[in-house]
Amino acid sequence: MENLHRDKDGNPLIDRYSPDERGHHWLTAGCFILLALSGLALFHPATAWLSMLFGGGQWTRILHPFIGLVMFGSFATLVKRFWHHNQFEPGDKEWLAQIGDVINNHEEKLPKSGRYNGGQKMLFFVLIACMTGLLISGLLIWRAYFSAYFPIDLVRLGALLHATFGFIIICAIIVHIYAGIWVRGSIRAMVRGTVTYGWARKHHPRWFEEEARKSRK
Amino acid sequence: MPLQSLDIKRKSATTVQEPVARTPVIGQVAKLIDVSKCIGCKACQTACMEWNDLRDEVGETTGVYDNPTDLSPQSWTVMRFTEHEKNDGNLEWLIRKDGCMHCEDPGCLKACPSPGAIVQYTNGIVDFHQENCIGCGYCVAGCPFDVPRISKKDDRAYKCTLCSDRVAVGQEPACVKTCPTGAIVFGSKEDMKDHAAERIEDLKSRGYANAGLYDPAGVGGTHVMYVLHHADQPGLYHGLKANPSISPMVGLWKGLTKPLALAGIAATALAGWFHFTRVGPNEISKDEETEALHEANRIREGE
Repeated sequence: MENLHRDKDGNPLIDRYSPDERGHHWLTAGCFILLALSGLALFHPATAWLSMLFGGGQWTRILHPFIGLVMFGSFATLVKRFWHHNQFEPGDKEWLAQIGDVINNHEEKLPKSGRYNGGQKMLFFVLIACMTGLLISGLLIWRAYFSAYFPIDLVRLGALLHATFGFIIICAIIVHIYAGIWVRGSIRAMVRGTVTYGWARKHHPRWFEEEARKSRK
Repeated sequence: MPLQSLDIKRKSATTVQEPVARTPVIGQVAKLIDVSKCIGCKACQTACMEWNDLRDEVGETTGVYDNPTDLSPQSWTVMRFTEHEKNDGNLEWLIRKDGCMHCEDPGCLKACPSPGAIVQYTNGIVDFHQENCIGCGYCVAGCPFDVPRISKKDDRAYKCTLCSDRVAVGQEPACVKTCPTGAIVFGSKEDMKDHAAERIEDLKSRGYANAGLYDPAGVGGTHVMYVLHHADQPGLYHGLKANPSISPMVGLWKGLTKPLALAGIAATALAGWFHFTRVGPNEISKDEETEALHEANRIREGE
């Protein structure tokens, strides 16, 4: 908190995400959007028209798995960077149990969160599970290179699991995106890298105190 | 004749009802392969190549008569040879013409994600339309008989068409036309069943007590049927499945999962919208910002 960053009105800001972290986040996010659209195109007749966004069915089928590999690699980098911030701590369970207060904007009633709250940590691990599940099941059903090496029942299981993990991750990311819209000031953390003092204190009080202490002279 | 019809009854990745005004009143078609009459000459394989303009790579002999050794994008039918030793010590040479069974409930069509890449005509024939095929291989997972093959050259799925182009103009499939022993016959499914019943009666009178028709109910019956001398043991014929059906995993993947997942995704997005319009955003007031700055200073100055 050396007041290196100030917003346009001169208020000081706290660093939350480095340029590398933001870069990997948006690479992962961009891949995710492409994967969700192309995945839905291959999933349900009602969304089959989405394949036109990728140049038709053949291109959708060709591109989807390669984009998936890029997303997994990029996401793995994020996991490495954020792993130690996302370990469950005392208070997280209570935070999750009080989900009603979370939803109704009664943050003052919640246990004090650190850099991430219980919900964010849940998302972190749901994403790890889904990404891993999607990678493995995706290799099983990648007909052009891999499917022939696996027994047909494993390929069938792969198809079912890929659809299931895909469904879970799409829902999880919708929640993640909405949380960014709902909790004002969050998007700037991932776009500009900074948050306001008020944002940090209200949503992540223990992290706010740590950051403030770090800059104590 | 209804056999000439190429009206489409079912189309892959399509949820609406296909036109049904015209239905074959006399019934659907079927090819009947009488295994007991087959001499394994492979004339049907050759006729299939000729009619469909297919030329597979010349392979290598592996010590058995199977040639080519498997179905491929260029070989839509192959003879499967099995040497079966009977209980009395005698050898029986079982020869089965393998290829698409044209299921009434086709697993390939159920699994296919590309609209119109797989169709089923009102006469029962299941056909792949390669121009719509995207090469994903889902049909391979859907098929209970391991029939579709994806070409490495063009990434499209191929299999027997039951010569839908010939049937459309009132001709029998090329393999039927060429078969020198009359082991393969073609006509309406009812006629083929009647013919099979006569053949089975004949076989029974010759000591094949378990002779019977292979028209598996698990896939709604097939439009390619076999007369087997050992209908109680279809597995003898190069692993022909006794009770084939679409895998439950494919059923779940293509059944319940599809509508539930779309509904779930839509519900999640709607939940966000209604939360925002009912509860509203979580914002930081100016006072909160000022208070945070003061508190940061207090902490910085040593609490």
